[in-house]
Amino acid sequence: MSNNPFQLHHQTRRHFFGQCGVGLGTIALNQLLAGNASAKHLPHIDPANPMARRDPMLPAKAKNVIYLFMAGAPSQLELFDYKPKLNELTGKTPPKSLMEGRRFAFLKGNETLLGSQRRFGRYGGSGMDISEMFPHHRKIVDEVTWLRGMTTDVFNHGPAKLFMNTGFQAPGRPSMGSWATYGLGSESENLPGFVVLQSGPRGPRAGNSLWSSGFLPTSFQGVPFRGKGDPILHLNSPKGFTRARERNFYDAVGELNRARLGEVGDPEILTRINAYEMAFRMQSSAPELMDLSKESDQTMELYGAKRGEASFANNCLLARRLVERGSRFVQLYHTNWDSHGGPGENLNTDFDKVCKDVDQASAALILDLKERGMLEDTLVVWGGEFGRTPMGENRKTVGRDHHIDAFTMWMAGGGVKKGYIHGETDELGFGVIDGKVHVHDLHATIMHLLGFDHEQLTYRFQGREFRLTDVHGKVVKEILA
Amino acid sequence: MTVRPETPSSQRRATFPQDSLFRHSRYRNFSSISFPLQLPTAPVNSRQPWMTSILILLLILLTANPLLAQPKVEFNRDIRPILSDRCYYCHGPDEKTQKADLRLDTREGALADGAIVPGKPEKSELFYRITTHDEDDIMPQPKAKKPKLNAQEIALFKRWIEEGAEYQGHWAFEPVAKEEVPPEVHPVDHFINKRLAKEGIEPSRIADRETLIRRVYLDLVGLLPTRAQVDAFVKDTRPDSYERVVDELLASRHYGERWGRHWLDGARYADSHGYSVDGGRQMWPYRDWVIRALNDDMPFDQFTIEQLAGDLLPTPGKSQLVATGFHRNTLINQEGGSDPEQFRVEATIDRTNTTGAVWLGLTVGCAQCHTHKFDPLQHREYYELFAFFNNAEDRNNTGPTIEVTEGELFKKQTQTDPVTHPLPNMEAEVKWTTADYQSFKTASGALLHRQKDNSLLIDKKVGDHEAYQIVSDSGLAKLAAVRLRTLTDKSLPKNGPGRAGNGNFVLTNLKVVVGGVEQPISYALADVEQDGYPVANAIDQDKKSGWAINAGGRMNSNHEAIFVLTRPIETQGKPVEVRLFHDLHPDYLVGRFAIDFSDTAPPTPANQDTKANSTKGKVMVMSDLQQPRDTYILTRGDFTRPDKKEGRLSPGVFAAIAPALPKSDKPRNRLDLAKWLIHPENPLTSRVTVNRMWMRYFGRGLVETEEDFGSQGSPPSHPELLDFLARRFIDDAWSLKKMHRLIVTSETYKRSSSARPDLDDRDPLNLLLARQSRVRVDAEIIRDVALSASGLLSRKIGGPSVYPPQPDGIYAFTQSKKGWKASTGNDRYRRAMYTFFYRSAPYPLFGTFDAPDFQTTCTSRPRSNTPLQALNIANDEVFLEFARGMATRVVKELPGEATVNRDARIHRAFEHAMARPPSALELGILTKYGKTVAADLAGAPEDAQALLDQYPIGELPLHEAAALVIVARVIFNTDNFITRE
Repeated sequence: MSNNPFQLHHQTRRHFFGQCGVGLGTIALNQLLAGNASAKHLPHIDPANPMARRDPMLPAKAKNVIYLFMAGAPSQLELFDYKPKLNELTGKTPPKSLMEGRRFAFLKGNETLLGSQRRFGRYGGSGMDISEMFPHHRKIVDEVTWLRGMTTDVFNHGPAKLFMNTGFQAPGRPSMGSWATYGLGSESENLPGFVVLQSGPRGPRAGNSLWSSGFLPTSFQGVPFRGKGDPILHLNSPKGFTRARERNFYDAVGELNRARLGEVGDPEILTRINAYEMAFRMQSSAPELMDLSKESDQTMELYGAKRGEASFANNCLLARRLVERGSRFVQLYHTNWDSHGGPGENLNTDFDKVCKDVDQASAALILDLKERGMLEDTLVVWGGEFGRTPMGENRKTVGRDHHIDAFTMWMAGGGVKKGYIHGETDELGFGVIDGKVHVHDLHATIMHLLGFDHEQLTYRFQGREFRLTDVHGKVVKEILA
Repeated sequence: MTVRPETPSSQRRATFPQDSLFRHSRYRNFSSISFPLQLPTAPVNSRQPWMTSILILLLILLTANPLLAQPKVEFNRDIRPILSDRCYYCHGPDEKTQKADLRLDTREGALADGAIVPGKPEKSELFYRITTHDEDDIMPQPKAKKPKLNAQEIALFKRWIEEGAEYQGHWAFEPVAKEEVPPEVHPVDHFINKRLAKEGIEPSRIADRETLIRRVYLDLVGLLPTRAQVDAFVKDTRPDSYERVVDELLASRHYGERWGRHWLDGARYADSHGYSVDGGRQMWPYRDWVIRALNDDMPFDQFTIEQLAGDLLPTPGKSQLVATGFHRNTLINQEGGSDPEQFRVEATIDRTNTTGAVWLGLTVGCAQCHTHKFDPLQHREYYELFAFFNNAEDRNNTGPTIEVTEGELFKKQTQTDPVTHPLPNMEAEVKWTTADYQSFKTASGALLHRQKDNSLLIDKKVGDHEAYQIVSDSGLAKLAAVRLRTLTDKSLPKNGPGRAGNGNFVLTNLKVVVGGVEQPISYALADVEQDGYPVANAIDQDKKSGWAINAGGRMNSNHEAIFVLTRPIETQGKPVEVRLFHDLHPDYLVGRFAIDFSDTAPPTPANQDTKANSTKGKVMVMSDLQQPRDTYILTRGDFTRPDKKEGRLSPGVFAAIAPALPKSDKPRNRLDLAKWLIHPENPLTSRVTVNRMWMRYFGRGLVETEEDFGSQGSPPSHPELLDFLARRFIDDAWSLKKMHRLIVTSETYKRSSSARPDLDDRDPLNLLLARQSRVRVDAEIIRDVALSASGLLSRKIGGPSVYPPQPDGIYAFTQSKKGWKASTGNDRYRRAMYTFFYRSAPYPLFGTFDAPDFQTTCTSRPRSNTPLQALNIANDEVFLEFARGMATRVVKELPGEATVNRDARIHRAFEHAMARPPSALELGILTKYGKTVAADLAGAPEDAQALLDQYPIGELPLHEAAALVIVARVIFNTDNFITRE
């Protein structure tokens, strides 16, 4: 990519031209006769305001996305995928035919089948199996599309999370939120368009490359907000600066910048003037966002959120507030779902705890969005980077290894069916026998709901048109409302 | 205030690519058609009715008017871009996706079945296919989702076929042309001005002296000139005054830092392993090497060879081994359960792609999964290139390292210090005494035979899980470390040194007992460690784990391990007992060995000691296996799917790029690859390198797609200039400094960067370089200019990375919290390039200002302009500290009474920051602001105190001192301050 101040602008135009052909005559002809029909394929980025709201290519169902990322990979066999047969065969060696060709992270080969550690019930019109761990999820069964046939390619956390977020296992590619804001910009002029929140004992593996803009301009990278205190680094003015003093400061900077603009005439200075003004606005809009004092006690109780606390529940509420204020893509990470067995990671008490962290607020988010009429155009996605094995692991406490061939996710709102189960696994939960949805398909579907043909929303880098779905991906039409 | 009217947005954000006019017009004869350059930039509107007329006129001229002299259609200029965009995907070099067995990228292919019949468009199938209205026959097919050819393009094809359908090679693969330049003109200006004259464009004036000196300082050393330096330059009337400054800067040690940082981008340098665990590593000696090499003006060919293949030189010095750290900057996945082979292959792919990007400017990565769709790079050839890197010893681990002492690489002699082996040089630090064995026994009673060299050889009759007990007189008053040397012997399987069938052993535990008391061992080091069998396993008391040596094809040779006691012990003449256990696998015994003692502990290995003040680094280096790995094509780049049908591949290069590799009986290695890259006939390396240098100076390369010199990239805006520079670079013995000097002494470089409203329509992106470009400086340089303006800068060069203060909460989002104890003293004020770089959570300034996270190579950075940047400079405590430094500096320089001197001090601060005096307007804004703030704070002493934060600023009243800090903060936050004008 070039280093010039017009880069965004120029890059886009280069795209346009790559497709429209070349040469002087072409330009004139296209301009006068054909119009720039091809240009609509790709977003036009205004370098002075890269986050300006843009229309999608196609009619969109969802305007915003809230992605609840269950970091560490929750066990579908203890939550959503009820397998009586597996319970029956607990302690038995898994059938050879099911093991062939599968790769695991930690299993040594002598592990035996492990039945579900939890009781299940059937709920809602769709009769979805939900375990006793997720009582609040019963309330949203009829709002949700359940994806029980998820598969991925990667069985280590870091690369698998990258794969789930960027469509590639190696770091360096743009994440889903970056693609979304590249395509659509943001509705907010006072808050970032792509925000990341984190809760749980530690940050997700692979860190910032999960919300990196990769080779897209950095304007589109996720901005991590901390769940309490100052949400953004460097948001607070230095000690001794009142708001009025800060206004004077920004005015003085602005005046000097305008003076220089008058001298040298570089439009980039204008962009910087705008950026400083937004920074000043963010100093009040971000604390306003974080201030939960105006949320009713009823709402706080619904989420199980507590003022002044950093938690998944608070983050869910913040996610709703962000979307309300125009942010395009909000992603929440919650750790730790990595139930191998062993200290802090067993499928008993540790699993109980993380379920409790997440159940109520996840359901509350759906109910609250619905109540406020926001669920229609907000897509909520829930899931981890892979699933967990039908075999137990030989560790000190009960646990399961990483499983890439079958796991469960769910989606709600923003154009997906209500109360619909998609996908089925075999009777031991090894593989998907119907309604398989690969990570690339999930990406294609999310892009579709946002109004993009996933094959058309591309960015040219190192000589290639890159896209979220690489060279794969099919929209899962069955789940569209 | 004179504010230039804002450029109408329709022009600033044109949806219309004038740049492409120039991109493709460079071969055109513009003298006959100069009107098009005045095309409006937006759809024609009523304010400019005359434009409409011109456009229509133009259309007629272009499409219909036979009177217009039509230059011959040229393949590279007119035809190739269309073929490449619309046709090659299905009819290109990749046989797998070739439809109808037709390839259009070669003339033979196109002529073979009559797709093209030279001279006869009406008989050419291709021409029918692009013109037909039959939806089944039309090309490109609708399902290809590529636009059809328009009338103009069709007309070009028609003429091209009529004129004989001649092909040309892709420009970048053609030999670098020899361009002649008249002796009296600066060569750069010759080419740039020739083109400007042709367009009838007057170049901008040379920038004023102040702008010029700040520009050349920022570009060559990344620091600001001092007031004295600016003053001297402004007053210097000698004709070569500017050249003198340039020469001084090229001789400055900071030059190597500035340009080294650019190189480190390509080398994807970082201080951590990456992926999720992202533990620290010590690659700073490699960074030192880069700085040193650039300061020495090491010729670029040697620079290439040492980094890609320093270890394969006949007698590599330590410095040459450190240089190979270039390709050890790849990631290591430390996550539990990772398949090391998977991440070894990832790293090998990265080495292949990085080499392609950095030296060849090609997107070779495209050929990883399939034959390149657009460039003549075969799938197979990709893996032949891959094969050069596929023998590396490291396997998702630190692999071979060498220890470097801080400053060592900057000493004169290091470049010639020969070392025999890229292993930790433990001899240098520690003196070893051979053990005087008093008794040597085994658990089963099997014999140990003492050899002439004082080593011990185990008898052939020996237990499966033997334990040895060796009692010696250490001959030392104090015991700090024990060394076990395992030695080969003809009597052992494959010469040993172990007794296992392949000569391996597994030492499950080693214990040291003095006076009946077992001594705790704090750590162990070994020259070689088998995957999963690190020497640390031999001190963990675990019978199920041990140290083994089957790694890197060097198993059957002498090895050694060092065991360092937690506390040195006074032996007081007591015998020292060493016990060796082999509890894991039967027969995996150490066969022959010797024991030594030392009274000094070797230095703690660097990777166990990440203290900021560590002065030794274990830098990872390249080393090849003795037994090469087999290389196969990996189907779709998947390491689990080697395509064995295609057979084993030998290392090789792309046939489409000259020269051919010389014939050789021996298998080729990285040294052959490096020599091929810097062969004078290689058309890419020199072009790619000078183009990137150009890009740093002008904000854009002569080839804009600096990372893609292939057919999908953009052609050069000034092809003759590019070739002239590329040729000159080789002719000047690959001297980088000479190339820098050539570019920055041109008028083209020295021109004013102010906007040219008169060119808004004709050359809005400044491709013709009638003026310089105005560029925001890189992330690191933002810190560096603030440091240098404030007078706080530490000028120390090189060494381990440092930890400037950063806000809490950086690691809220990473898997593991990183230690970050803010550096104190001078290390607090080091240049940004020395800041410790965690890939998973870089120092915030870097990400905010577009530094990549170095997961992969980065050959050019984007430049964003965002509110988060504003918050960073405005509110980061670090910048406030610099503002306090600036206030202190001006008070020191201009002592005296506060109110009287306030304006003079503000004036001075501005000069320090901008290397020029403020305009009357600017000074007015600042002094008025300073006065207001001082008055305001006079009534708020607590706020003033908070702003100063105990920072002593002369004898000033609090509010006056605080006012200066605030004014400095304003100056740091202006666009001008962080921009190279």
